[in-house]
Formats: sequence, structure tokens, C-alpha cells
Amino acid sequence: MFNTVDAYSAPPLWKNGPSPCAFHNFPGTNCENNDFTQHSQAPVTTATSVIAFTFNTGVIIGGDLLASYGSLARYRNCPRVMKVNDNIIMGAGGDYADFQYVKDLVDQKIIEEDCLDDGFKLKPRSLYCWLTRIMYNRRSRFDPFWNNFVVGGIQEGLPFLGTVDKLGTAYEDNAICTGYGAHLALPLIRDALEKNPLMSEEEAKALLTKCMEVLFYRDARSYPKYQIGVITDDGVKIEGPLEVSQKWDLAHMIH
Amino acid sequence: MASVVPRPHYPDYSTAAPVNHHFSPYADNGGSIVAIAGDDYVVIGGDTRLSTGFQIYTRQQSKLFSLSKTTVLGCAGCWCDTLTLTRLLSARMQMYEQEHNKVMSTPAAAQMLSTVLYYKRFFPYYISNMLVGLDNDGKGCVYSYDPIGHCERSNYRAGGSAGALLQPLLDNQVGMKNMQNIKDESIPLERALAIIKDVFVSAAERDIYTGDGIHINIITKDGIKSDSFPLRKD
Repeated sequence: MFNTVDAYSAPPLWKNGPSPCAFHNFPGTNCENNDFTQHSQAPVTTATSVIAFTFNTGVIIGGDLLASYGSLARYRNCPRVMKVNDNIIMGAGGDYADFQYVKDLVDQKIIEEDCLDDGFKLKPRSLYCWLTRIMYNRRSRFDPFWNNFVVGGIQEGLPFLGTVDKLGTAYEDNAICTGYGAHLALPLIRDALEKNPLMSEEEAKALLTKCMEVLFYRDARSYPKYQIGVITDDGVKIEGPLEVSQKWDLAHMIH
Repeated sequence: MASVVPRPHYPDYSTAAPVNHHFSPYADNGGSIVAIAGDDYVVIGGDTRLSTGFQIYTRQQSKLFSLSKTTVLGCAGCWCDTLTLTRLLSARMQMYEQEHNKVMSTPAAAQMLSTVLYYKRFFPYYISNMLVGLDNDGKGCVYSYDPIGHCERSNYRAGGSAGALLQPLLDNQVGMKNMQNIKDESIPLERALAIIKDVFVSAAERDIYTGDGIHINIITKDGIKSDSFPLRKD
């Protein structure tokens, strides 16, 4: 048996030896009860909604910069919209530590692909499918990554948008929101896309800005600073930090 | 299966506080499947709504998976299990084809599905499966399953979230049950298609996990034809 924390960590340096980045149990001192398995885990430092949809020539993903510790607005500069490679952008919600762990796995995957130097780059649907397996594998071991991932990109000239949750539940759609965004922003986006299926990049950005504003006003775990990621044929742009334009002069009229 | 990999234990970071989030590896993502078999055809329909509780994930998710040119699987229930099971099955179909130099027949695929499901007897795939196709005589067949692999062959079946709602309707309209002076003969394809559309319209009225649209696969000796039909989206 490998002395690893899990299947994704590096294997031990020698047989039954310590593994890199893991605590080594010295022989004979291990008196802790290993006779149980932990059957649940809770998210600790969490990020809120991810907002994403496709437009005429690409995909746009938005997420704010806050990582909450329960109801405490703990870390206020935590980016969670990332460029994966020239084909893919990704957004994440849920436990921020789990996100960073999975991000490292993804980054390592991209480095390994670059090292092959065969001119091929990972495509969004492949990353989406791979994430599905990672998440399903962990949920089957009752030790899930507590995240929602949203993968966007261009594949075969068409915008691709898919999502994977902590169980490995995955689907593609032209509008995907997680967390409170699914309740507050998704209806706005579905409505806008129905009225204007071939939305331009500018219109998409305006819609996303509107959604971030709505979410900031009503989602108590949200934050006015956010990032957006846009992918088109011209490449990937990660913009931000942007700021929600706040308007509170109406507030005194609401009781 | 549950992990046997030892987990690190850090006493400094453990708390006696109650854990709020209980983790369940299963989700009910809804969906209904209806299949009707005839003498030389079989039709299967599945709705396209993927949901959890009161939230609709997407309105355009097909729940039908073609395993070969004469075999289609319909899945409703836990979507993450469905994704895993269907990937496993298509890999097994490919292995069979490369090992035996022929495509797996529908009855063989039906038996394989039962075995694959029972292999996970103590951590089941939480799926209501319906496998349809043409048997070795070219006759339409419908195999339905419970989540742990019990399998039954029949000529018509409703499964998934509206399964209990639709099965008595099919008993009457397809099985000609509880009627007098009725000839018991198999129904033509056009009638089967009309019944499938009708029963889904009924299911969408009463079951919140069924709606948005249906995908239909019609399997004859000429191959698989696809059809779709809109349902109410509320």
C-alpha cells in the first residue's frame, strides 16, 4: 500500500517510506486508531456563485473575489476565474482549498501536455470529461472535492460551456450558474439569451455585469470586486478586478 | 467502494462542533423513460429535463445512449452514476467487439448490464435503467432494471420519476388490460409513437421532474432514427 494521502499525491520516495508533502508515520509510533474512515467533510473557506454563459463568438465566466469563512468575509482577493490554456477558461465555486488543489492538478496536466511539444492542446470537452472523473472518483470514496467547476472554451469553432459538481454530476448548457446565481442570475441570463441568441461580446459583458450587480445586492456571501474571463477565437482574457457600481441612495426608502 | 486509504489525523485542527453539511453521494436528478416494443421495431423516449429538487439544471439533456446500432439504453435517476455507467458500458461494448469480432446482441447487452449493476450491489448505481433493441430474431424487446441489477424482459415499460404514474396508462393503452372484447395484438409503430408522446404530455402535467422536451429513438432493422417533441417548460 502506498503511504500517500490520496491517489493524486506523489508516491513514496521508497517502499513504505515517506512521501513528498505528506506526514511520515514513523514505525512503531503510530498508535492512532486507523480503524475508521471519515464519511463526511464540510467546506471551510468558500467562494460563492459562478456565472457563465455562451455568446455569439465565445464564452464568458464571472466570479467575485471573496472567500468566506462561514459568514465572515475572510479573504478578499481570491481569484477563481482562471485561464487553463489558449482553448479553455475555468471558474470555480465552493471550497477554496479544494479549488486550489484541483487547480494545481489541472496546471500540472497542462505543463505535461506542453512538455510533449506535439502542437496539440487540451480541448475544453476533454478537461470537462476529466474533471467529471476526478469529482466522481472522490465522491465514490466519500471524500468529495466540495466544488462546482465551470469549464468554458472553443471547440470545433463552437463555444463550449459545461459544469461539474462535487458528485460528478455534469452537463452542458448555454447558460450555467452555481450557488445563489442559479436562483438569481440564471433566469435573467436565460431570458436575455432567449430574446437575443446571437449576443455580441459587449452585450454579454453588460449582461454579466448586471448579474454581478444583482448578486451583490442580494447574496450575503458576495463581494463587489469580481473578475471575468472571456474566451473567443481571439484568445483568452481574464479581466479584473472589476467593481460593482453600487447605488445605495434608494436604501433609506426601503423598510 | 469506500476508501481504505489511511487519512492523516491532525488533532490540533479537529473540533467537537457539529458538522452542518451531511454528504450524500447520491442525487435525484429526475427524468422519465418510456419504451414500447413491437414485432419489428422498438421505440424509447426520455424527457430532456435534468433537475435537482426545485432547480432545473438544463432543459436539453438527452437520457438515451446508443450502445450499438440495434441497442439503446435509457437512464433516469442519479446523473453522475448515469455518466459513469454509460461510459463503462460503451467501453465494454467496444472490448466485446474487438475480442469477438462482432457487435454484442441486445439480449447479451441486457445480461451484461444486469451483471455490471449487481457488481455494485453494496454501493449501487442509483439509476432506473431501460435497455431496448432488437433481439436475435429481429423482434423488439424492452429490458427494465432495478438499481442493483434485477432484470425483466417485457414489451412496454415506463421508468424513472414518472414511472409509477405512467405504467398503468401503458398497461391499458398498450397492454390492453382491463378492457373487454379487445383483440390482444401488437400495436403498429405509429400508434406506439403517438402513445409515447401522449404519456409524456401527461407526465409533464403532474411530475415536476419530467418536462421541457422528449428525445425519441426508433429502432428498426434499418438502424436508429431520432425524433424529438417539446413538452411544457414550467
